Amino acid sequence: MFYREAGQFKASYQADQQIFPIIQDRVGIAIVIALAALVIPVIANEYWLKAILVPVLIFSLAAIGLNILTGYAGQLSLGSAAFMAVGAFGAYNFMLRIDGMPFLVALVLGGLAAAAVGVLFGLPSLRIKGFYLAVATLAAQFFIVWALVKFPWFSNYSSSGVITAQDIVILGYTFDGPVAKYLLTLAIVVVLALMAKNLVRTSTGRAWMAVRDMDVAAEVIGIRPMRTKLIAFAVSSFYCGVAGGLYAFTYLGTVEPEGFNLDLSFRILFMIIIGGVGSIMGSFLGAAFIVLLPIFLDNVIPHLFGNLFSASFASNLQLIVFGGLIIFFLIVEPHGLARLWQIGKEKLRLWPFPH
Amino acid sequence: MQFFLEVLIGGLLSGVLYALVALGFVLIFKASGVFNFAQGAMVFFAALTFVGFTEVLPGWTGLAEGGAVVFWLAFVLALVSMVVLGIATEKIVLRPLVNQPPITLFMATIGLSYLVEGIAQGIWGANVRGLELGIEDVPIEYMMEHHNILISSFDLFAAALAGVLVGSLALFFQYTKVGRALRAVADDHQAALSIGIPLQHIWAIVWGVAGFVALVAGLIWGARNGVQFALTFTALKALPVLILGGFTSVPGAIVGGLIIGASEKLAEVYVGPFVGGGIESWFPYVLALLFLLVRPEGLFGERHIDRV
Repeated sequence: MFYREAGQFKASYQADQQIFPIIQDRVGIAIVIALAALVIPVIANEYWLKAILVPVLIFSLAAIGLNILTGYAGQLSLGSAAFMAVGAFGAYNFMLRIDGMPFLVALVLGGLAAAAVGVLFGLPSLRIKGFYLAVATLAAQFFIVWALVKFPWFSNYSSSGVITAQDIVILGYTFDGPVAKYLLTLAIVVVLALMAKNLVRTSTGRAWMAVRDMDVAAEVIGIRPMRTKLIAFAVSSFYCGVAGGLYAFTYLGTVEPEGFNLDLSFRILFMIIIGGVGSIMGSFLGAAFIVLLPIFLDNVIPHLFGNLFSASFASNLQLIVFGGLIIFFLIVEPHGLARLWQIGKEKLRLWPFPH
Repeated sequence: MQFFLEVLIGGLLSGVLYALVALGFVLIFKASGVFNFAQGAMVFFAALTFVGFTEVLPGWTGLAEGGAVVFWLAFVLALVSMVVLGIATEKIVLRPLVNQPPITLFMATIGLSYLVEGIAQGIWGANVRGLELGIEDVPIEYMMEHHNILISSFDLFAAALAGVLVGSLALFFQYTKVGRALRAVADDHQAALSIGIPLQHIWAIVWGVAGFVALVAGLIWGARNGVQFALTFTALKALPVLILGGFTSVPGAIVGGLIIGASEKLAEVYVGPFVGGGIESWFPYVLALLFLLVRPEGLFGERHIDRV
């Protein structure tokens, strides 16, 4: 009843090709964006903006990147954090070494650098499939982090390898407060997410899905697997790279190569699995879930059990609960949170009637 | 030349240890098609449980500390825990996930690795412990005197143990009824089911055996480097071994381990100085990657034929 496509006629090609063809979706997305842009900055305090909302947005972007590669093009990757690192260090170096480099351009260039590296490490995907490829992408993960540590040029010869992001100045305005940084992150993430949403229904996106479902069959019907896979690697790494740039500039401010370790790659992978493989919306839900869960556990476990456990046991308990919840989720809903949302939409469509 | 040989032999022997971890992966992947990322966590769990029991057993039973009885009792108890852990994993985690895509199963085992690490440290604490197997880590005098090559007796013992383990596993697979059933399941799940092999029992057995392999690997690694959280990273070193040897091949795991072990040490010594060192962290992966470009199914993996 609340979510019915019936009666929404498309009278023009333009109307038929909108990103969100159903009016409820359009209104819903507009409301969510308006809430995020106008209401949240007013009601959220600094802690929420800095420690929760900004990382959720940034990880959503990284998860979209991985989702494009894994969920749409079917190439399992364990190197997303490394591509984030390329984006972060790339943006930093473009800002540092070119005078008057605008922040947004540096961010995009960092993303493009990540895309180039992604294509390089994507080349084996033409011959290697499945878990062999996943392990092969670990080469990217370890090699890139090693290179960033070993060649001090990347971190501008800082003795500890840590880089401090420059101030973000766009058109003379300095983004330094938590609200400004949040809004900037939000704007970039929204634009890129809509682009991704659009991209996956173009011929490129459909070619990705064809390759994912069966690459030999895709090749037979005239999709070039090499081109398709490499584009997927490039676009995915670009998204991860931009996410990495934001991670350095709007979230942490100072980053070191070791921050982009395998654990981060796994967390991004968890996000897309829990959120939903092959769903842009799922990337947001998954990122929110994975960012919020440890914070939630941190706050809840002491309340539930008081001081029954020592701090070290509590941290182990957190590991246990985290691992257990992931397994639980996979068993209960292997298609992720996006699937729950789909089921919810079905229910809304029919309610209050049974059929 | 002597230095080269020393590095080579040292690398080969450490490769044996990688192979031990890789073996656990192969067993499970072969039988159930699950890429068990938690193998590293299981190694850690096994070693920690063993050490934990050797510490608490004298207090419980009044046996002499460090004696052979305590050692074997702890070994048996750790083995029982590993088998229980393996079977519980199969029953609780994997059975509900039957027929899910491989990536979901893979993610579940990553979740499992967090769980197992948390449980292990929650029970026994997170301190670094020493582990004493009673074999001294000293160079063999004979080789020192006659060939001037430094080989640790401990490494040699580890290699021998790995050899015995692989040999007995091969015999077990080849000549016992359960072993035959295991091979049938590895070959084709449905065909195995149709001739009356109980798939679930077989999986439980495989996880139990993988637990045993993890225990042996954990003991040797633990004795070498101390029982600590870093043990879980050995799993990562086993991954290039796996893709080099092929996911489904037991000899592949051994040969892959030897190649990775030897080449990473040689590369570190002979190439490392030119690029700033520390290349051990990524060299095995790049080597495996380059190798895969030539043979995408690994050394001994089954050639995969795609049909539309």
